[in-house]
Amino acid sequence: MTATDMSAHAPARDGQRFVRSVAIEPSPPPSSIVGPIAWMREHLFTGPVNIILTLLIVALGLYVLPGLIRFMFIDAVWSGADREACIITPERPVVGACWAFVRDRAAYFTYGAYPMPQRWRVDVFFTLLAVGVVWLLWLRAPRRDIGAIYAFVVLPIVSYLLLVGAPALGLPYVETTLWGGILVTIVCSAVGIVVSLPLGILLALGRRSTMPAAKLISVIFIEFVRGVPLITVLFMASVMLPLFVPYYLQPDKLLRALIGIALFASAYMAEVVRAGLQAMPKGQYEGAMALGLPYVQMMRLIILPQALKVTIPNIVNTYIGLFKDTTLVVIVGIFDFLKAIEAARIDPRWAAPTVSATGYAYAAVFYFTCCYLMSRYARTVEARLAKADKR
Amino acid sequence: MSQASGAADTKPRVSPINDPRVRSLVFQAMLVLVIGFAVFTAINNARENLQRQKIASGFGFWDNIAGFAISQTLIPYSEAVSSYGQAFWVGLLNTLLVAAIGIVLATLLGFVMGVARLSKNILVSGVARWYVEIVRNLPLLLQLLFWYNAVLKALPAVRDSMGLPFGSYLNQRGLFMPQPIAQPGFNFVIAAFFAGLLGAGLYARWARIRQERTGQQSPVLWVRLALVVGLPVLVFLATGAPLQFDFPSAGRFNISGGMVVQPEFLALLFGLVIYTGAFITEVVRAGILAVSHGQTEASYALGLRPNLTTRLIIIPQALRVIIPPLTSQYLNLTKNSSLAVFVGYPDLANVFTGTVLNQTGQAIEVVGVTMLVYLSISLGTSTLMNWYNSRKALVER
Repeated sequence: MTATDMSAHAPARDGQRFVRSVAIEPSPPPSSIVGPIAWMREHLFTGPVNIILTLLIVALGLYVLPGLIRFMFIDAVWSGADREACIITPERPVVGACWAFVRDRAAYFTYGAYPMPQRWRVDVFFTLLAVGVVWLLWLRAPRRDIGAIYAFVVLPIVSYLLLVGAPALGLPYVETTLWGGILVTIVCSAVGIVVSLPLGILLALGRRSTMPAAKLISVIFIEFVRGVPLITVLFMASVMLPLFVPYYLQPDKLLRALIGIALFASAYMAEVVRAGLQAMPKGQYEGAMALGLPYVQMMRLIILPQALKVTIPNIVNTYIGLFKDTTLVVIVGIFDFLKAIEAARIDPRWAAPTVSATGYAYAAVFYFTCCYLMSRYARTVEARLAKADKR
Repeated sequence: MSQASGAADTKPRVSPINDPRVRSLVFQAMLVLVIGFAVFTAINNARENLQRQKIASGFGFWDNIAGFAISQTLIPYSEAVSSYGQAFWVGLLNTLLVAAIGIVLATLLGFVMGVARLSKNILVSGVARWYVEIVRNLPLLLQLLFWYNAVLKALPAVRDSMGLPFGSYLNQRGLFMPQPIAQPGFNFVIAAFFAGLLGAGLYARWARIRQERTGQQSPVLWVRLALVVGLPVLVFLATGAPLQFDFPSAGRFNISGGMVVQPEFLALLFGLVIYTGAFITEVVRAGILAVSHGQTEASYALGLRPNLTTRLIIIPQALRVIIPPLTSQYLNLTKNSSLAVFVGYPDLANVFTGTVLNQTGQAIEVVGVTMLVYLSISLGTSTLMNWYNSRKALVER
């Protein structure tokens, strides 16, 4: 025992005060501050309004969720060859989701009417695309510069040869009218993504340029396209574009839709990039000029790398919008994923009461997964960038 | 030394190739030439193609008889005598109707959900959060088709309509509601409403001046409410309630009387409101979070009560952040209303770029007019909102 300890426990003598030298254990906080009850009081039952809301939501959840789970899984039909599997019979009065329908038509939803023996080409395309996407998006992947060349130069050419066909390489032509389903959805969004970024950057630079002609042309294009609905842009590409080119050079139907989508996405991308350019401090421009860099090098080496970096989350958000918007190509007769579901849904071979809901559920799962992953990615990058900016 | 003396008497000699002004002029000239050439070629090709396909050009079709029926018309329109021009106005009004109602409802939904998203109650904020996550990550078209085909088309047939309060019925053919019919004397009620509106404005002005001069507050909210709502109600009662309702009556095969809201309209409205509401939720949440907590504390330190703090300190500052993105959401809703094509609601895009384009084949005129309408709505709204925003914006040095 040390001297101080001794004095703490020794009886107080004259002229000496009692001083405790060791802190006593803190008493536990009252149960109204910590613990599950306090947590529930703080987060669920704060006041009369909150109690009512909590009870309402719990009641709603108890009402909706079991029904949903029963419909989706317990009462669902998992296998079967045609509508017989999913119709209501006296032995089975309640029929849930008809997943047999989705399983039966899965190939149709993925490839559309792409010829059966050639479907491996679509699979190869999906694989190549996945490699490119991972290479570009995984921030610690090796040699991302080669990845960019692969994704923006090699991949488009190879995909074109693969999907359209090259008789010289032993790949017979496949008409784009036979394309459909997820293939078309992916092609539309990929083309939109690949074209809109460079075109959007050019338009954004044009809009911020000091050259009046370049500025005017960019502003007119951006404001015009952003001011009208995508449907009218698609109509323009589909019915007006053929009038503007010579009759012997009529573009393919899918190509027209792709042009419409790419132009539409570019205008939105231009505004996103412009916001990034405006966020750059003026000192960056002045520093680059002071170093004697000409405009092109200033933009390529100093401004754009920084501006694009801070806009990555917004660029991904634009891509999410673009991906959702590709559903509208139906209007000009393109057979995308949603249209494939619509067509299969009303096919009499699968006419059963829950087929429509099942088809929409499948589409919802597909679109939600893709968009949710993209938005998670945007948020991750955002958090990473915020970390870099923190001092 | 030599540099200084050189700069004094002659300008630095730069080759014209390196002169930025010359370069910019040459570049612009090239740009204009290329674009001009493209436009010129396009016009030439269009003329040639139109002649080849024997398609008329110009707006001669505008006054021709349209000859097709439109399921919802706000202005008189008949298949037999009305022209394409009248069909255009019908479509435009339908677009504006669904956009206006949609904007009001989406704003309400968005504000409620935006506040719920920030609630301390994790169930409330969780519901708001998953509403936003799910709705924003699904294509609007999928949602519209779901509402139309899987919900509204799955409602009971006319025979076993669902009865709703106030003598309304809901079935596959839409929502049947009592139709108010104005009796003579109802004009007084409308006049009273506008008078109340004017009075409320004048009173608010008087109260503001009084407060600025004397520091005394007046019960602005209650007086304005009394003027705008109370006055018309009083006049309504005083003139003997000059309003009757035509209730729908359910027959065996049809429902007669009343007014009907079509399922196409309902599906489009549901889809637009729920979709845009999710985006507005995020806008509102960001706006409220943008007001720093120090503002609340400072306002409490000044002795303002919580609801006054919300009304006078938080909301005005949050609105400043909310309004610009809110405007673009309104415009998105208006533009997205063109998805009416997919559920068969007769909006502008459906009537014009659908039926009229098919009948006349005049792609350039029809698509051009449609685009011009949406463009003027967009530019008009954003001009208006920019003006409002510049009034509300923080005046900085």
